[in-house]
Amino acid sequence: MERRYLLGNEAIAHACLESPVDFICGYPGTPSSEVVDILRGQPERHYYIEWSVNEKVALENALGAAWCGIRALCTMKHVGLNVAADPLMTSSYTGVTGGLVIMSADDPFAHSSQNEQDSRMYAKFAKVPCFDPCSIQEAHDMVRDAFGFSEETGLPVLFRPTTRICHSKGDVTLGDVQESGRTGQFNRDPRQYVVIPAHTRVLHKKLNEKQATIKKRLVELGYNKAEVRGRDAVIASGIAVSYVSEIIPSTTSFAKIGAYPIDETWLKEFVSRHERVLVIEELSPFVEEEVLQVAGTIPVFGKKSGNAPYEGELSPAAVGRIMKSAGFATNMDFPVADPPQDVPPRPPILCAGCMHRAAFYAIKKVFREGIFPSDIGCYTLGLQLGGVDTTICMGASITVASGIAHSGEKRDVVCTIGDSTFLHTGIQGLMNAVYNNATMTVVILDNRITAMTGHQPNPSTGITACGVPIPPVSLESICRSCGVSFVETVDPYNLTLMVNALKEAKERPGVKVVIARHPCVISARRAGISRRPYEVDSEKCTACGTCIRFGCPAIEVAGENAVITSGCSGCSLCAQICPTGAITPGGRK
Amino acid sequence: MKESYDILVVGIGGQGTILASNILGEACMIENRSVKGAETHGMAQRGGSVESHIRIDGRFGPLIAPGTADLIIAFDLLEAFRYSYFLRPGGKIITNSRLVVPTSVFMQGLPVPTDREILGCFSDHELCVIDAEGLAKEAGSPLTQNIVMMGAASHFLPLKQESLVQSFSRLVPPKTLETNRKAFELGRKAGSSC
Repeated sequence: MERRYLLGNEAIAHACLESPVDFICGYPGTPSSEVVDILRGQPERHYYIEWSVNEKVALENALGAAWCGIRALCTMKHVGLNVAADPLMTSSYTGVTGGLVIMSADDPFAHSSQNEQDSRMYAKFAKVPCFDPCSIQEAHDMVRDAFGFSEETGLPVLFRPTTRICHSKGDVTLGDVQESGRTGQFNRDPRQYVVIPAHTRVLHKKLNEKQATIKKRLVELGYNKAEVRGRDAVIASGIAVSYVSEIIPSTTSFAKIGAYPIDETWLKEFVSRHERVLVIEELSPFVEEEVLQVAGTIPVFGKKSGNAPYEGELSPAAVGRIMKSAGFATNMDFPVADPPQDVPPRPPILCAGCMHRAAFYAIKKVFREGIFPSDIGCYTLGLQLGGVDTTICMGASITVASGIAHSGEKRDVVCTIGDSTFLHTGIQGLMNAVYNNATMTVVILDNRITAMTGHQPNPSTGITACGVPIPPVSLESICRSCGVSFVETVDPYNLTLMVNALKEAKERPGVKVVIARHPCVISARRAGISRRPYEVDSEKCTACGTCIRFGCPAIEVAGENAVITSGCSGCSLCAQICPTGAITPGGRK
Repeated sequence: MKESYDILVVGIGGQGTILASNILGEACMIENRSVKGAETHGMAQRGGSVESHIRIDGRFGPLIAPGTADLIIAFDLLEAFRYSYFLRPGGKIITNSRLVVPTSVFMQGLPVPTDREILGCFSDHELCVIDAEGLAKEAGSPLTQNIVMMGAASHFLPLKQESLVQSFSRLVPPKTLETNRKAFELGRKAGSSC
C-alpha cells in the first residue's frame, strides 16, 4: 500500500499494473491519452502495448487478445467510441474470456472535443456493464476490479471517466504491481466467435439473460450504494457525487451511482422511502430516466424538471444552485461571483515556428476564394488564420471536401488533414474522392507525430509506442495507390516551393495531394534542433502589419513597429513574407 | 464551511503551472495531508490561458468555486485579472508583474487593460506583485519564474517551507536544482515584504 499524489490517468494506469493487464492498445484522444503513454513509458513491461491507428482497429485488436484468455485494455476518448462502435455492439454478443476493459473518456463542457456525447448510452446500447467513477481513488479501484468483473460476466466492461477524473489530481492509495505470466491461447468455438445469424440469435438471448445478474452484482460490489437519512433524497453519479458530498446535509438521503445497469428493484426500494428525489448527473438524464421509471407519484427533480442543465460540466457551485432551485437544503452557500468584463481572450494558438501556419498562409495566398474543410488536430487552430471552414470528426476533411466539390459549388475546394488523422480515417475518403473523380486539393500536414494529444508516435513517425524503430509508412505511396496522379511533397518552411506546388495543383483536374512535411516544432526542440532567432530592423519596418496578421506568438507590436520576442524559433517565415526586408537573422540562440 | 485551503494557479500554457501544482501536491504528501486538484491539459496548453486548482486538505471534488479561493498565484498579470473573481473577499493574490499580450489582441486590435486597471480590481484583497522575470534571471534562468512565484507564495501557504523545498527538489530536473533553489530563495525574499 502506497499513497501518492497522482493525475487521474496515472492512477488508472497504475490500477492496470495491479490487476495486472497483459495487452494494451488505444488511439490518443484528450482526456484519455496519458494512460497508454504512462504504461508504454514503464521501465519494465510485462505486457504487450501499442498505439493503434484508430479506435476500431484498437478495439478489434484488444478483442482478439481477450478471446485468447488474457486481460486487455483499450483506451480512447468518447468520440473514438463512435469509430469503435461497430465491434463494440457485437462484442457483447460474443463476449470475452480474458477481461476486456474499454476506457472511453467523456468530456463534459467539450474542453478538448467536438461534442459532449455521453458514453453511458453506448453501454446501454451494447448491453455491457459500465463503470462511472466519482473520484480518482474510485477510478483506480474500479479499473483494478473491472478486469475481474469482465471475466465474471464474460462481457467487455466500459469504463467511463470524465475530464475532471482523468485530469484531476489527488492523493491515491495504490496497491502492489503484479506480474500475470499469462499467455494467450485461442480456443476455437465458432458458435461464440462467428456471428452468423444462426449463432447471433442465440448469443443475443444469452446476453439479455445476463442483465439481471449484472445489476444485482453491481449493488453487491458496492458500486451503487444508498444511505437513507431523511425524507428528501439526492441521487448522483460520476463526479457529481463528489460535488454533492461536500454540501449535502446529514439529514438528506444520498444514493451514489457508480455503475450501470442499475438494479431497478434496489432503486425503487430507495426512492419509495422518500417524499422528493433530486437527480444530479452530468450530460444525459441517464440515471434520471431510470429513477422516473420507478418513482411512481414521488416527485423527481433534475433535468426534465428544468432544475439541472443537459449540457456542460457541473461544479460545486452549479450543484449548489441545482439543489437550491429544487428546494433542497445545502450546508454551504456559494457566493455569486462573475468574471470581469472586457478581458481580452487568450485562446490556444499554433506555436511559434509551427509548420501549419506556413501551410495555411500559402493555401490562402494561392486559393484566395477557396473553401477549406479541415480536420481534428493542432491545425484546427488554423481557424484563427481563416484556413478552416469545417470540422466534424476525424478524417472528415477529405470526405466533406469531395461532397462540396460534387455539390456544384464553383470555388476551389482545398482541405487540410494531419498525418495521424490521415492514417486514422483519411485514406478511405481519399480513395473515394479519386474513384468518384472529385476536383479538389488535399494538403496533408505531415509533422510526423500526433502532436495535439501529447506527441504520440504513429506509423509515419518511424518508431513504435515502445520506441522501437520501424520503417515509416510512405504517405506518397498510399496516395498514389489510391489513384492520385499529382502527389507533391514540399517543406512549407520554404514558402516559394509551397506556393508553387499549390499553384500547380490548382491548374490540374481531379484529386491532387500536396504533402507539407516538416517536423513538429516541439519535437524538433526536444531533439535539440535550434535556429538563430530573427529580429526586426526598426528603421526598415513600415508597420504594414503583414507579419502581425501572420499570427505568430513570437511577434508583438511595440509602439508602431513589430518586434520579435525571445519565443522566436528561427523558422524564417516572417522574414520571407516581410515586404520591406526588415526581418533578418539576429543574435545567437 | 469548507475545510480546505483553496489555491488557484493561473498562467499561460507553457509557463509551468502544472509543475507548480505538482509541487503543492507533493508537499501535501510529505506532510501526510489530503489534497485534490484539477488542471488544464490538451489543446488549451498551446499558449492558451490555463488554470490549476489545488485544494489542500480537500476530501471532495477538485474544483474551486468562484468567490471562494483563499489564494491565487498568477504567472501573468492579465491571467490574474481573468481569474480574479475566484478569490474570496479578503483572499490573497500573488502575481507576476509581467503581462504577455495575447497574439489575438495584435491580430484583431483589441484593447488591453492597463496594469493600473488590473491592480485596481484587487482593492479588497491582499495583493503582492513580484518581478518574477527579473528574479528568475538573477537566479540564473528565466525558466525558473514559476519557482520564484512559489517562493513568494510560500509565506501564505499552509505548508512548511521545508516541505515545499523538499517537494520541488524531487520534481525539478537534478541539473537545474541549484538554480531552482536560488529562484525559490529570491522569490521568498521578495514575498516577505508583501
